Amino acid sequence: MADVLKDLTATSPCAGLLPVTIGGLTLSEAVQLPMTLMAPFKGQEAALSHALEAAHGMSFPAPNRATGKAGARAVWFGRAQALLIGPVPDPALAAHAALTDLSDGWAVVRLEGERAEDVLARLVPVDVRIRVFKRGHTARTELKHMMASVTRVGTKSFQIMVFRSFAATLVHDLKTAMEGLAARG
Amino acid sequence: MRIACPLCGARDRREFTYRGAALPVPALDAGAEAWSVHVHLRENPAGPLEELWQHELGCGAWLKVRRDTVTHAMLGVVLAEDAGLAARDGEGPA
Amino acid sequence: MRISGKGLISGGRRVNFSFNGVSYMGQEGDTLASALLANGVHLVGRSFKYHRPRGILTAGSEEPNALVSVGKGAAQDPNIRATQQEVFEGLVARSQNCWPSVGHDVMALNDLAAPFLGAGFYYKTFMWPAPLWEKLYEPVIRRAAGLGALSGSANTEPYEKAFAFCDLLVIGSGPAGLMAALTAGRAGADVILAEDDSRMGGRLLAEMEEIDDKPAHVWVAEVLAELAGLDNVRLMTRTAVTGAFDQGTYSALERVSHHLPPSQSLKTAHRPRECFWRIAARATVLAAGAIERPVAFRNNDRPGIMTAGAVRAYLNRWGVAPGERITLFANNDDAHRTARDLVAAGVHIAAVIDSRHDAPDGRDFSVIKGAVVCNTSGRKRLETITLRNVSGEEKIQTDCLAMSGGWNPSVHLTCHMNARPVWNRDIAAFVPRAGAVPGMVVAGAANGSLSTHAALAEGAGAAVAALGQLGITAEAPALPRACDAPYRISPLWAVPGKGRAWLDFQNDVTVKDVAQAAQENFRSVEHMKRYTTQGMATDQGKNSNVAALAVLADATGRSIAETGVTTFRPPFVPTTIAAMGAGAAGQGFKPQRYLTSHRTSLKRGAANTEVGLWYRASYFAKEGETTWRQSCDREVMMVRNAVGVCDVSTLGKIDIKGPDAAKLLDLIYTNLFSTLKIGRVRYGLMLREDGFVMDDGTTARLGQDHYVMTTTTAAAGQVMAHLEYLSQVARPDLDVRFTSVTDQWAQFAVAGPKARALIDALVAEEINGETYPFMACGAITVGGVAGRLFRISFSGEHAYEIAVPARYGEALFDLLVTRAEAEGGGAYGMEALNVLRIEKGFITHAEINGTVTAFDLGMQGMISKKKSCWGKVLSERDGLMDEDRMRLVGLKPKGAAQELSAGAHLFEPDMTVERVNDLGYVTSVGFSPTLGHMIGLAMLSAGPDRLGDTVRLVDHTRGVDTLCEVVDPVFFDPEGGRVRG
Repeated sequence: MADVLKDLTATSPCAGLLPVTIGGLTLSEAVQLPMTLMAPFKGQEAALSHALEAAHGMSFPAPNRATGKAGARAVWFGRAQALLIGPVPDPALAAHAALTDLSDGWAVVRLEGERAEDVLARLVPVDVRIRVFKRGHTARTELKHMMASVTRVGTKSFQIMVFRSFAATLVHDLKTAMEGLAARG
Repeated sequence: MRIACPLCGARDRREFTYRGAALPVPALDAGAEAWSVHVHLRENPAGPLEELWQHELGCGAWLKVRRDTVTHAMLGVVLAEDAGLAARDGEGPA
Repeated sequence: MRISGKGLISGGRRVNFSFNGVSYMGQEGDTLASALLANGVHLVGRSFKYHRPRGILTAGSEEPNALVSVGKGAAQDPNIRATQQEVFEGLVARSQNCWPSVGHDVMALNDLAAPFLGAGFYYKTFMWPAPLWEKLYEPVIRRAAGLGALSGSANTEPYEKAFAFCDLLVIGSGPAGLMAALTAGRAGADVILAEDDSRMGGRLLAEMEEIDDKPAHVWVAEVLAELAGLDNVRLMTRTAVTGAFDQGTYSALERVSHHLPPSQSLKTAHRPRECFWRIAARATVLAAGAIERPVAFRNNDRPGIMTAGAVRAYLNRWGVAPGERITLFANNDDAHRTARDLVAAGVHIAAVIDSRHDAPDGRDFSVIKGAVVCNTSGRKRLETITLRNVSGEEKIQTDCLAMSGGWNPSVHLTCHMNARPVWNRDIAAFVPRAGAVPGMVVAGAANGSLSTHAALAEGAGAAVAALGQLGITAEAPALPRACDAPYRISPLWAVPGKGRAWLDFQNDVTVKDVAQAAQENFRSVEHMKRYTTQGMATDQGKNSNVAALAVLADATGRSIAETGVTTFRPPFVPTTIAAMGAGAAGQGFKPQRYLTSHRTSLKRGAANTEVGLWYRASYFAKEGETTWRQSCDREVMMVRNAVGVCDVSTLGKIDIKGPDAAKLLDLIYTNLFSTLKIGRVRYGLMLREDGFVMDDGTTARLGQDHYVMTTTTAAAGQVMAHLEYLSQVARPDLDVRFTSVTDQWAQFAVAGPKARALIDALVAEEINGETYPFMACGAITVGGVAGRLFRISFSGEHAYEIAVPARYGEALFDLLVTRAEAEGGGAYGMEALNVLRIEKGFITHAEINGTVTAFDLGMQGMISKKKSCWGKVLSERDGLMDEDRMRLVGLKPKGAAQELSAGAHLFEPDMTVERVNDLGYVTSVGFSPTLGHMIGLAMLSAGPDRLGDTVRLVDHTRGVDTLCEVVDPVFFDPEGGRVRG
């Protein structure tokens, strides 16, 4: 039986690494919110979407899209899955989908600034320019050999996610791209 | 090279992992002969070939890609789950 | 010599630079080549093989001669084309391939020995004796021949990689490219216009022409201004498209800062030198123009001999006359413009020589028709040429010869996907094959249409056609009025005569070399190329390949079309490895994965080791410990006698849920998981479809439809892909969902006789033999945090793995280690973990190396007879159940050395050490402080039948040759009492 009185302290994935500002661009760690992977069971996609709408006010996102808004968002996260960011999932969702807590599994950063698109163009093989990748668009892609999720959350801002253990490399790669861009003038 | 993932759209080759020819999967009880043929005897055609690729660094979907091995032209991509390659217990290989 | 007021850069800022230690002045907008010519410098380098003095041949990226080294120290760039390097204040450039100086080059002796150094010389001469090739011949030849040298220091300058996307990629910004970009830009298409040069405009910057009654460069400026105002058009200068690849992927090299002084400030310290672009284009217009070819005649390589188009470019763009008495030698009408422009600029023309009897007359100069240049003189600068016609030979004083053998369309990119160009007799050149690259339309000179009018029209038409493929409607703009003078050419490849007439200037290949190749039966172009090295230098024979083919065709009595071309491959221009590998230097190639315990481990003296992408503690050095073995031995004994803590979060963890979760596990594992009770863990083995072992690990059942699988660290990705394959391809009917939770949970092994007391004291729940028997699992609360506890062991000790959400990992690890230390234990690393598992005969991927079956591991009993599973059928093949297969055993040293070595091979003691006698190999070794000697695991032929035998262990790499005894792989506590206790 426990003799520990003190609670364990929490450390964020990018602790000590962020924020940084380089050449008008800011990279910061997102506020840690509950994150739950929702993977609908067979034939449950529509039912899940309804339950999600009822409980959290957003539909299950189509491929390459995010629904909801800052603080309560559902980001398409690959084949037959989406990541609920913000709300603790309503237990009713469990009838329709495998729900898996991933609140600690991913490092989540936010890149903001006039040339955020140009930074990402140096890191991901996906066109993220606003003419094709608008607010609410998301992509599962590769970022310097890492599995990544990139979502446009504003006209000049992106949410970028990689597995938590890659946080230092993610910050390093983003900083390098930001520095190179800033130095071009 | 780019592959048009049915879920994500056209993506650079670096996001995909190659497995090999997209063949019907023998049933688990199909026997050593059928499995040996499945694993070891592969055609290597100069021309159209159906292959399995996984969009590993993207959405994770396995894809059946029809590709010309001479010109590298992409002739069609479908989700492997819809491609009818599945094993059905009690049945031999196609 | 600069002509005052002439050219497009006149009035530019003065710029100081140095070449071979001498200071010169150039002008903003100059290339090093134009600035040197303006200063009267013609001798720029020495040739590759014969060290012949060489000057500047061209005015573009195809330059074969004028290669220089730029910069100093680690940042030195060799083989920079002077025709492309822009001058900037403080530029330092040097000649290369010469010693002691470009003026006096010792190796020029090679030139005197030339009769012995023709094609195939090296092959024939240095064949024998063979051992001398590597030791003597090659080093000497390499020193004598060669281009610029690398600094030898690591290049620390930043390089960059980037991705771009567009509807239409326009390659080249001459008249065709500009019209294509304008057409597409006005139609609203997403356009990239890429230009190799520092300035857009292509040949229009080099010609005295009018478009719509304006000077061509004014028209260029107007078009560029319009394009710059369109936000759907991106203009990329200094960007050479280097390759065409599948599905509209193009590579391009952007020279970001070659034209800028080296970085002096923090602000520019990160400025990339080059950026390597991958451009995904839905359609492409290739408007890369054409490259002028020289004519081969005796001594046609002297400094001062240039292509006619280059002379025009230096005159009209840079305001430089490359000589004071210039001669023109040509076989086509186009070249006559050179004479016209020189006369108009007031430069003296020594002679205009045209090989055609029906050449047109010049307006302001007379033309010597039906004549050729057959020789030249002047060692470091052209002094005379020898004219030959029906009436005989005549020497003409001249300091610059502008020559033209016609133009070769830049078909290179059209050939990158294996298409061959087509011979066009009218222009005596190869033109692109239609449809050579899917989605690409070729326009203008690149397409063999060699007038400005045709280029403008084709450029617009090409954009309309290319966009049409995409369903984008574009309208060709009104066609500007432009010159449509006919090109008219009569082929002249090589002037007959004695002496050496150069084809490939960069690799020193002559007409005679090609003829000799044909004579020695290297008749195929590909054989001729390799025998003579024609076209194999850094310029890839851009100036010379077609002429060499023509000479080969002539020598073999075939037509040029029959002779065919060699293969043009990417990159179109020399590309640095640094650019292609940008971001991948050092650790860049490999992202780093850090454990939540990383920082606190380092504080506790951890030495890290790389395990795949992960960084794990190898051992924790305590004060007084001077070798890793001391730490490792202590940690092993600590686990055996007290309690140890190890971060095992790197193991793959996959959360599996759904009505068919149990079915999926029964499919993937050899043993049954559908029968596993909730709250219990089972060890499982999985096979590849060919029957060999893929991976092993434990899987816990947390609920009726909920399991958590663990994989080895090494195979985590492979197992995840395998699960996806099984559920999407083989059994899409199964209703099961899974996701990686490796990074979600920080998981720590707590092992040793005092493990239970430690865990019990930490978690809210009561932990004892009844609540948590061996292989139990469940939810716990630790420090106010919901976690999981698994009673599993990889050490053979009473042990647990405790998991919490990763944010608490650092705090929990610190707490666990502090508690363990209070009990005489502490943290242990990978070295101790490895010894502990070898003592127990537990396997890792050192043993499951892809060639090993369950039978080989003595685990055939784990393949359930009650069900089928993935890989079972082929695992039962006769050959895979053979008793003589290499099978898992333990090894104990027997010899005096008391040494074992992983990777060593095993032999009968009385047999010779030869492959045929190989009985097996050692997979893992370690020193067991528990047993007091080294122990090892090995795969040994018929191993389990040899227990007690002596085998010879040989490791040539580490110089180990010793005897050892074959024993059971479980060295310690074979009954397993400790793990259950």
